[in-house]
Amino acid sequence: MSLKAFHIVFVAASVILMAFLTGWSFLAYQETRSADYLGWSLCAACSVVGLVVYGRFFLRKLRNISYL
Amino acid sequence: MEIPYTYKARPDTGLYNAKVGIWLFLASEIMLFGALFSAYILLRVSAPLGFWPDVALAWPRGLLNIPIGTFNTAVLITSSVTVVLAWAALKMNNFARFRVYMVITVLCAFAFLGIKSFEYNDKFSHYVIRLQDGKALTGHIEVDGKHPRFWNFSDQWSVAKLADQKVTKIKVEVDPERDMNGHVKAHGSHDHEVREVAVSDIVSLGSYTPATHPFFAVYFLITALHGLHVLGGALVLGYFAFPGAKMWKSNPEQFINRIEVGGLFWHFVDLVWIFLFPVVYLL
Repeated sequence: MSLKAFHIVFVAASVILMAFLTGWSFLAYQETRSADYLGWSLCAACSVVGLVVYGRFFLRKLRNISYL
Repeated sequence: MEIPYTYKARPDTGLYNAKVGIWLFLASEIMLFGALFSAYILLRVSAPLGFWPDVALAWPRGLLNIPIGTFNTAVLITSSVTVVLAWAALKMNNFARFRVYMVITVLCAFAFLGIKSFEYNDKFSHYVIRLQDGKALTGHIEVDGKHPRFWNFSDQWSVAKLADQKVTKIKVEVDPERDMNGHVKAHGSHDHEVREVAVSDIVSLGSYTPATHPFFAVYFLITALHGLHVLGGALVLGYFAFPGAKMWKSNPEQFINRIEVGGLFWHFVDLVWIFLFPVVYLL
């Protein structure tokens, strides 16, 4: 597996982590009604979007490099 | 005689030697961290139910600083992006850009370690104080106007030390009350109540060190091992960015492969943190 392929795995894992953090913070917000957790949840959701956009950019940029 | 396949791929595997080597090494690393993660999970699920520190061996919740942990996660994700961009820059024959991205990667690594040491320092000066009436307090303590770090590996030793120094009372900045999930009950108030505690009322006193609770033992073990990997990776990547970069002139193909191998290790180290952060900080 090349660095390109491993990077895609890494970005996918980061997206899953940030999606989890979004849900975790939102549940904490529902439990505590603290605006901190709501803000946290929104930031994590934004990073999910950011990472997906970056992943697409990365795939386009390194189109010609092998996955092996 | 020249060693074959140091930069050209073997025709049968399609891989050069170093790539096979790094993946074998990473397989052994997966087993090492896998064993430590298993230890953490087994200790956690076998811990008695209840709220720590009231129940001595219950699993502590909410002790780690989630904003700092999240920031460190962002730092490591950024470093993975920059290391892969450094490698891509070399593929595109742009050495100047490679060096810039590599320097950013190394800076991110040292930022991560700096923030982690700040977190460690906070834990070493944070105490659980068990009292004669069976209650327990947690918080930072003040003895004669100082915030001590005992680095103790024996709770009794700390109390004895206070008595030896003829200290009769200590001040405790008591942590805010938390619910079973580790969330602060009265949110929005970050003020710590300061309470005076007589040393004669203290049964034991221990800072958040490995001896205090299995949680700290396994937390410090995994995060310190991870930190050593970050340090090792940063030194190697720093070497590639400066003294090792001479190879770019003599054998550019092999140099690009070295950066790829370094980048694979770096991604592994960051991926460990991606698993570590939710398991240790959030769950």
